[in-house]
Amino acid sequence: MKSKGECLAYVSLKNLGIELGGQKIIDQLDLDVEEGEFLVLLGPSGCGKSTLLHSIAGLIDIAAGSIEIAGTDVSHAEPSDRQIGMVFQSYALYPTMTVEKNMSFGLRINGVPKAEIQKRIARVAEMLQLQNLLQRKPAQLSGGQRQRVAIGRALVREARVFLFDEPLSNLDAKLRTELRRELKLLHQNLGSTMLYVTHDQVEAMTLASRIVVMRAGKIQQLGTPTEVYERPANLFVAGFLGAPAMNFIPGKLDTVQNFSSEYLKLALPAYVCATESAHADDVVLGIRPEHLQIQEHGTYSGQLALVEPMGNHQLLWLNMGKQQLCLLDHDNRNFVLGDAVHFDIDTARASLFDAVSGLRL
Amino acid sequence: MLKTRRKWTPARLGIYAFLLTAAAFFLLPLYIMLVTSFKSMDEIRLGNIFALPMHITMEPWRQAWSTACTGVACEGISGGFWNSVAITLPSTVLAIFLGALNGYALTFWRPRGAQILLGILLAGAFIPVQVMMFPLVRVLATLNIFSTLPGIVVVHVIFGMPIMTLLFRNYYLGIPQELFHAARIDGGGFFRIFVQLMLPMSLPMIVVAAIMQVTGVWNDYILGLVFAGREHLPMTAQLNNVINTTTGTRMYNVNMAATILTALLPLAIYFISGRWFVRGIAAGAVKG
Repeated sequence: MKSKGECLAYVSLKNLGIELGGQKIIDQLDLDVEEGEFLVLLGPSGCGKSTLLHSIAGLIDIAAGSIEIAGTDVSHAEPSDRQIGMVFQSYALYPTMTVEKNMSFGLRINGVPKAEIQKRIARVAEMLQLQNLLQRKPAQLSGGQRQRVAIGRALVREARVFLFDEPLSNLDAKLRTELRRELKLLHQNLGSTMLYVTHDQVEAMTLASRIVVMRAGKIQQLGTPTEVYERPANLFVAGFLGAPAMNFIPGKLDTVQNFSSEYLKLALPAYVCATESAHADDVVLGIRPEHLQIQEHGTYSGQLALVEPMGNHQLLWLNMGKQQLCLLDHDNRNFVLGDAVHFDIDTARASLFDAVSGLRL
Repeated sequence: MLKTRRKWTPARLGIYAFLLTAAAFFLLPLYIMLVTSFKSMDEIRLGNIFALPMHITMEPWRQAWSTACTGVACEGISGGFWNSVAITLPSTVLAIFLGALNGYALTFWRPRGAQILLGILLAGAFIPVQVMMFPLVRVLATLNIFSTLPGIVVVHVIFGMPIMTLLFRNYYLGIPQELFHAARIDGGGFFRIFVQLMLPMSLPMIVVAAIMQVTGVWNDYILGLVFAGREHLPMTAQLNNVINTTTGTRMYNVNMAATILTALLPLAIYFISGRWFVRGIAAGAVKG
């Protein structure tokens, strides 16, 4: 085991460029994935995250830069030579083969001895509870079972890196939650390096050891789920993560860190800027709904416009003039529409962004 | 759901009247051929072509199969039948295999210029056979396979290639690319993915392609006549000889029996696999 300080990049992308049909999808991208890490690529559809994963798998040719896996340059290697296992959104099981044959296909091609194949399949089947399904065809399986088989097929390869391309997106909500948990357990038990593409922020938050937020082929932020959630690097990341989304309030910031907008004034003395010299006059204040606390004698107040009950909590939408705010109420109080709701702001957890560049101050 | 009850409206009656007339129109020749083939020549001379045979005789069928004269020889069209089998079998298997291979390569491996290649193939489907006849004769003669069994098989495979390729390409377009990607990661090469993964998945399309190719090759006349040579004349060419060889009276009953024998295989295929055949026409809609 390596100590934490000298963790080497296990998958390393340098200056990567990808073109599809003459269009630059990804340009000059650098990314290092550490060994044993569960790295999630998160972004809206069309941001290039799947393209990036497919290029790591070798299914898309790269136009520039290099890809290294476990210290070997695989920039132009065949997909089968990259020591990867991959799980696809559509499961991509071989429909004419049984579950067992599906899992052993790659091993048989590579001439792995029969006994070894048997051993690996038995182990993986036990891990994923597939023992009773080994002789079935994919058509006889449910969606969740199919995806478990697909995961199993990747696992028996005992690859260096596992790639997941939105593996849970085709499943219904309940199964998705279940399989998400299984995946997390699997990663905990195996400790293998995993790269996971999704547009679902809940999946990203729950699974990732680090999240890469992408937009239009560019990395917006790279950090642990907490970092990305608590200290978003820019307005895009702030707005993309979190449901309901972060409240944005445009306003001015003076030199002693007093924020003022038309409807709300706020002192932020303890705010730690991302860089020391960071300052802007026109700013956007970002506050998550859960950081607005309802208080009977709170400093601020807004007019209740809408209530969304969620069962264990409810969302309150307030109007402060033209400014709309969303806040979370965990106590499911009874409110009447049009009432004034008083609240306080947890200033220590607020974010400030430059209104022009969108970057975090 | 409410079950809507079909009412006998005038429009519906009209449709049925039309369909029944159309069916009768197409079935009448077959009916006449069938009844005539079981009549003796004496009975035919009475002239009641719609009448059922008074005394059923199998003699015309026996003659057509084994003693009717096809030119100089008088051995019936049984020889032609086996010739046609010998031509159709390899022509179908080879054309399907190569067509599937082409479709697979064009869909999944997307070689440079795949689109242009496909365009050329499509154009090939529209060029009349007659245009290519003479050049092909020269080519086959140069290769020393003109007027041989391999010669006629090669010709059929060539002419079947555009439609077979398009058929399989359209089928493979419906298979998710991810499946191919998964096989690539598993280490499958060009032929292994084709043989172990794609071909087994193509079974429905293989059936359709086989129906189209078998009926096409079996019914062919002009290519067989030109390229097969005397030794391997297909059944259709033999049938023509039977009917055109007149020594004395024209044996209508024998001619009818020989014609039905020749048409038997495609007919059987249409009847047995009507469902598949319709699907094939729909899939091969490019050809029209």
